[in-house]
Amino acid sequence: MIPGDDIGDGFTAEGGHGAVPTQGVETGTGTPRRTWPLYEVFVRGKRGLNHVHVGSLHAADDEMALHSARDVYTRRNEGVSIWVVRADHITASSPSEKDPFFAPAADKVYRHPTFYAIPEDVPHL
Amino acid sequence: MDERELQAGFEATIAADQRIEPRDWMPEAYRKTLIRQIAQHAHSEIIGMQPEGNWILRAPSLRRKAILLAKVQDEAGHGMYLYAAAETLGVDREELTEKLVANKQKYSSIFNYPTPSYADVGVIGWLVDGAAIANQVPLCRCSYGPYARAMIRICKEESFHQRQGYELLLAMVNGTEAQREMVQESTNRFWWPSLMMFGPPDGDSPNTRQSMAWGIKRHTNDELRQRFVDMTVPQAEALGVTLPDPGLRWNAERGHYDFSEPDWDEFKAVIAGSGPCNAQRLAHRRRAHEAGAWVREAAQAYADKQAAEVAA
Repeated sequence: MIPGDDIGDGFTAEGGHGAVPTQGVETGTGTPRRTWPLYEVFVRGKRGLNHVHVGSLHAADDEMALHSARDVYTRRNEGVSIWVVRADHITASSPSEKDPFFAPAADKVYRHPTFYAIPEDVPHL
Repeated sequence: MDERELQAGFEATIAADQRIEPRDWMPEAYRKTLIRQIAQHAHSEIIGMQPEGNWILRAPSLRRKAILLAKVQDEAGHGMYLYAAAETLGVDREELTEKLVANKQKYSSIFNYPTPSYADVGVIGWLVDGAAIANQVPLCRCSYGPYARAMIRICKEESFHQRQGYELLLAMVNGTEAQREMVQESTNRFWWPSLMMFGPPDGDSPNTRQSMAWGIKRHTNDELRQRFVDMTVPQAEALGVTLPDPGLRWNAERGHYDFSEPDWDEFKAVIAGSGPCNAQRLAHRRRAHEAGAWVREAAQAYADKQAAEVAA
């Protein structure tokens, strides 16, 4: 029991298994522990499909990350191939630079087939 | 951009029913609410292995044992999906576990009830997982992308959990009189705690409005509870068990079942730590965490050694 934890004071949205007290529940500081690195997991669902990001896990090394990814993300034949990538090796665009970063694509409507007017009676175009 | 513009961008995304993604700006209260909720949910999955795990070695057949083992393994998997989602909000998974074992974060009160009877395995699948599904299906549309995606994976697997439980109960009610009594007795114990899983009545749930405005929550506690009761009554009839509420009856005018209020004092007491199994569940989790420390350290030492050899 946490001092000052008055559970009468409010619950917020439920997680899948019940009400969550909002008073006296710490949310964490995000202080990193000396711990196994974070890996992002990508699974190819079946032949012919791209690998798709499914989640993350911690592992001591690459091999353990692959084994854990199999156990956590493919218990029901969800995949035929797995990639694991150290999260700190991924370079990502930042949403806050969304406008300038993706702007070059925005004004090039001529890259899309619908840009071109073709008479309707011309077949197979 | 100043904070007002960022806030407006966030609200526009929510209003358009689009998803908030990890690197987006979000209000601090939104982030904290999600961390509490997702961490609580993850902890519930992990602690939730205990009540049923105890029956794996006592399952009456190899078939039931394999099923229960798969189910409990799923609970561990669900915990992992959810910790992964929580981590995208800037908390460390290890820190969440530390807070759980230090009793600074919560898990669902339902897992603080004991499972003394094998029928409990079936009733948990039927009622507890049934209530969880009623809660979880709307969470698949939660405004926070990683949480919604984790919930989609979880909901696919929960359906197996509920069906295996119900099938187990069907086998028991078609068995001996003693087995039928076991099912009834277990139902009597788990009915009210299952209703409590939806949280306090809407009038006592002041934060629901905010969570709904944020698109974290899609229905109120009482709406979900009603939906669960309406779904469960015909399932109970098919089993031939009686739900332990004399106030339970069909209300033709409302088109729903009427039912009595759960004992909210009990709910509050169990959340506050006075449930039958709170201390036991937490002590077990803490012991497992501490007893596994050498494995984590050994794996790290091995990885360090391999990395040093590659570097040399």
